Amino acid sequence: MNIHLGEPVAGDRVVRVKNLNVSFVGPAGRSHHVVKNVSFDLHRGQCLALVGESGSGKSVTARSILGLSGETAVVEADALELDGESLLGRSDSWWRRIRGSRIGYVLQDALVSLDPLRPVGKEIAEPLRLHRRGTRATREAQVLELLERVGVPSPGLRARQRSGELSGGLRQRALIASAIALDPGIVIADEPTTALDVTVQAQVLDVLKEMLEAGTSVIVISHDLAVVAKLADHILVMQDGQIVESGRAEDVLRRPRHPYTQQLVDAVPSEHTKGTRLSLDGPARTRELFPGTRDHTADDGPLLEAHHVVKSFRGPDKVQRTAVDDVSFRLDRRETLGIVGESGSGKSTLARIALALETPDSGRVEFLGRPWTAAPPREQRAVRRRISVVQQDPLSSFDPRWRVSRILVDAIRLGDPVNAHRAEERALELLGAVRLGEQHLDALPLRMSGGQRQRVAIARAIATDPDVIVLDEAVSALDVSVQAQILDLLADLQDQLGVSYLFISHDLGVIHHVSDRVIVMQDGHAVEQGPADQIFSDPQHPYTQKLLESLPRLEYATLREAVSR
Amino acid sequence: MSVVQTSSPLVSPAPAGDTAGRRARVLTRLAGIKLLSSLFVLWGTATVTFVVLAILPGDRATILLNVRSGLTVPRSPAELAPVNREFGFDDSFVTQYLTYFGRLLHGDLGQSYQSGRPVATIIGEQIGPTFVLAFAALLLAWVLTIAWTLLTAGRGPRLRSLGSAGETVTAGLPQYWVGILLLIVFAAQLGWFPVIGGTSPSGTILPVITLAVPLAGFLGQATRTEFDRAIREPFVLSARTRGMGDLEVRWRHVLRHALIPGITLSGWAIGTLLSGAVLVETVFARPGLGAVLVTAVGQKDLAVVSGIVVLVSALYVVINLVVDVVYVAVDPRLRGSL
Amino acid sequence: MSVLPLPVPPAPRARRGRSRALRVPVSVVISAAVVVLFVVAAVFPGLLATHDPLKTDLYATLQKPSGSHWLGTDDVGRDLFSRIVWGTRTSLLIGLGVMALAMVVAVVMGLASGLGPSWVSGPVNRLLEVMLAFPTLLLALLLVALLGPSAESLIVSVGVSTAPGYARLIRAQTISVKRSGYVEAARALGHTTRTVVRQHVIPNAFRPLVALIALGIGTSVVWASGLSFLGLGVAPPSSEWGLLLNAGKTQITVAWWLEIFPGLAIVLVTLSFTLIGRYIQAVVEGDHVS
Repeated sequence: MNIHLGEPVAGDRVVRVKNLNVSFVGPAGRSHHVVKNVSFDLHRGQCLALVGESGSGKSVTARSILGLSGETAVVEADALELDGESLLGRSDSWWRRIRGSRIGYVLQDALVSLDPLRPVGKEIAEPLRLHRRGTRATREAQVLELLERVGVPSPGLRARQRSGELSGGLRQRALIASAIALDPGIVIADEPTTALDVTVQAQVLDVLKEMLEAGTSVIVISHDLAVVAKLADHILVMQDGQIVESGRAEDVLRRPRHPYTQQLVDAVPSEHTKGTRLSLDGPARTRELFPGTRDHTADDGPLLEAHHVVKSFRGPDKVQRTAVDDVSFRLDRRETLGIVGESGSGKSTLARIALALETPDSGRVEFLGRPWTAAPPREQRAVRRRISVVQQDPLSSFDPRWRVSRILVDAIRLGDPVNAHRAEERALELLGAVRLGEQHLDALPLRMSGGQRQRVAIARAIATDPDVIVLDEAVSALDVSVQAQILDLLADLQDQLGVSYLFISHDLGVIHHVSDRVIVMQDGHAVEQGPADQIFSDPQHPYTQKLLESLPRLEYATLREAVSR
Repeated sequence: MSVVQTSSPLVSPAPAGDTAGRRARVLTRLAGIKLLSSLFVLWGTATVTFVVLAILPGDRATILLNVRSGLTVPRSPAELAPVNREFGFDDSFVTQYLTYFGRLLHGDLGQSYQSGRPVATIIGEQIGPTFVLAFAALLLAWVLTIAWTLLTAGRGPRLRSLGSAGETVTAGLPQYWVGILLLIVFAAQLGWFPVIGGTSPSGTILPVITLAVPLAGFLGQATRTEFDRAIREPFVLSARTRGMGDLEVRWRHVLRHALIPGITLSGWAIGTLLSGAVLVETVFARPGLGAVLVTAVGQKDLAVVSGIVVLVSALYVVINLVVDVVYVAVDPRLRGSL
Repeated sequence: MSVLPLPVPPAPRARRGRSRALRVPVSVVISAAVVVLFVVAAVFPGLLATHDPLKTDLYATLQKPSGSHWLGTDDVGRDLFSRIVWGTRTSLLIGLGVMALAMVVAVVMGLASGLGPSWVSGPVNRLLEVMLAFPTLLLALLLVALLGPSAESLIVSVGVSTAPGYARLIRAQTISVKRSGYVEAARALGHTTRTVVRQHVIPNAFRPLVALIALGIGTSVVWASGLSFLGLGVAPPSSEWGLLLNAGKTQITVAWWLEIFPGLAIVLVTLSFTLIGRYIQAVVEGDHVS
């Protein structure tokens, strides 16, 4: 640890930030102000969380403590101090001595944050080498020690592998190991759990917790309030570069004062939000979209039914892998069937089979009481408009040359061969139903935001008046407040159009929020199936139990819910 | 921003022994497939050459007699008959093909129409200088590319546009004209090098530069694109957060990524270098395969032309096979994902 | 792929219609001007030429560039500037012809390989593989040897030998479009295969074609002039640029201008088309990625 001999430092404050402003100078000389008057202190052994949605300036704020806010960044502050030393106007070589040794930084998504061409061990040893600690041999020993410290089994093997050969959890832990190699007093973790499955997420959170207990100060950056709730002592909520609320974690989560914080807390879907609205949007009005075309109460038979479906693929190494193994389900009218599982569990393959884009190797699928995947293409096409899809990445599902109007008109005329003028009118009605307006008719999806694109995708999905919509990770790439709006919109559509959802997600909270019944998938098997509340309150299968145990919950929000009612 | 499902590993982290064993099997199998397809391409190039010679207009016996005598006259059947018999031009297509292929397998590329000497011998005499030229040029092109990329890529906008402008211009330069420019400046005007240098070391320098400069432009474009992409990758930021300096980041992390597309291009580059050598050898009046080929084309000595084409294509296929192996060695990710 | 500095995309704002504030870089404007100039020279050589390109003048042989002969004269006193101007038509026509032939072959092969049923795509793929194994110039030389030196055989030889490279690009593009999310979305909507191909695959597979053609014309001019330079292309007295280089080769120690200027014409044309092609490429790709 550095012993400071200068002026006395207040308490055990390790970082002091006062009125930090960061702006980026664009190529045309335009200045873009991304961090505005941010102030905070970080104390020894404390965990400070920066919470906000993408573009809120939380990463830039954290990086300016490392002098890495960007080449074109202009950083100004009344005070920016590390252990009482000012960080302003420092030379490059001074910064290099600080980085890694006094502040460790863990980037999000270790797959791309570790050099994919170099063995993990070399990456972990890098800070040791750069700061001239030990010899090559002692460094190798230290790497193994570090890997063990972050809970990586068989460290000798892992050190020789490259990040691409490790699973997501191991990668993230290896990245943490490289950040703490020099025992820095401060560790900044930028979205440390974002792309990880819940079980892996829990392991990574444990590693961070141990560090805190060992006296390291941690700044955690996250959009995920549940993760923050597990770690943070103090929370800063950022919006558009400003801190809108700050305080003790418990206070902020239990009694959020700023409307934005309240909105964020309310937007998190979970078991408690079922049947409630997540966003401030009022109900969408879609009832008039398809007046009297169909009597939804008419037949009560299952809409979509799968019996013992099996599907396997040959990998590039010609090895057969079973993606879906003996899965059966039925989807009824006005029902939402949630399919939850971690990556690689086969849920997306199941979605493609439900859409008859993939033919199962064995088993059968029926739609509207007739053979579906086994039907000849002509018959399939005739009913395709009654089942539609919304994908995780809507952009790739739009022809890059097409504008919104053409995307919608194309789908409208498939469902109902009306004339061009009428189709344009319908397109506008559909946009209205998903809360977009006339100004979006001529837009290219490329130039729209993620939420807007997803709305266009939903508009296209309902354009043909379907009975079933398959939603494949449809809200997973969205910020939590946008996700809330989309989930509310989907609820309204189901309510008013009587459509059924096959809702696929890795997010247990989302699944619990939307589903009537749930299928839990693991390695291609449906390990558990049943009503959502039953599965979430009384899981039978050990895998489901493990999933639910790993899930970081927003317990404070629960309390708030209880208080407000 | 945060697209989910990136956490699935390329290779499931199974116990070590099993993974290594399976990977070795997969590698062997893929190498086998690669080898088979290369053999197929080798067969294909020889066959295409044969078919092109056999079906295109022009009686080969007439051409042969004219090449030998240096005349351009129609020939009578009496004159043609012995030639047709000797070379089998009268045989059925299939017989001719089988004979051709059988000889090819024994390394017999036929006899020159012009001199009657075996084509294989002629090529053997001339291939050395051409190879020296092509490989020296490849080496120089890589040296130029790496230096230029490290100097100009991933820096300020001004250096970057200077760098890419340099590449665009050099990549578009016709090799023959570069050679002429060098000759005019360094041989004719300054007198530093001989105008006709033969295969001497001092006579080899200008031809090598001539071939290397446009190639460096091509390689530089591919390398720069990848360099600019790689330097924005999170792992570079990661390295900086550990305290790594700018130069070391470029050298240790970014450059290796940036070289990959260039290496895959190197197989193709050998092909263009061997082609380019034809032109450059003509410019510098340098002996080699190119000189032989140009003369043969001018004289319509089809045996020599097709012999060289088949041989060079075969070399090209083999070199590409080697490049594929090098590629896997540089990019271990491929081993993982195979 | 673009190497040019791209114009900065305007800040996100509500967009209406097709108006996009794309600033065309200066280099592209200059390139376009150069191309226009050469096209004028090709169509109306008489407008630009200062002398009769074939008129010999034995009193003015091998003259340096001067006021009366802007780019000097050759060994029989012909004006080099006028010869270059008159040679433009041949050189450009050959370049265009090569490109047209190569594109027709490449589009047919590329689409057959990318879209055809396996009994079509299989053999076409194999043929492509074999064709790609021939270094371009060698294949061209083989064909020239068979066809004899002439403008037509030059076009055929270079066209056929450059086509496989373009075919591979078109195939790659077609396959990536075929596997795209929007093709799957169209299938899921219930469109027929024919509609999907007509509506999505073909238009998107052809998107890079314009840029490819612009880039290819430059390359074709270089290849074709190269063969002429070897004395295997157009016959004299044409003043095709490669031929001018070939003729001046023996005099480089005494008359550098005979080699510099025709080469410069080739480089200017090539570079201009390359810059224009890159720009088109950048614009087209800009519509794909943000």
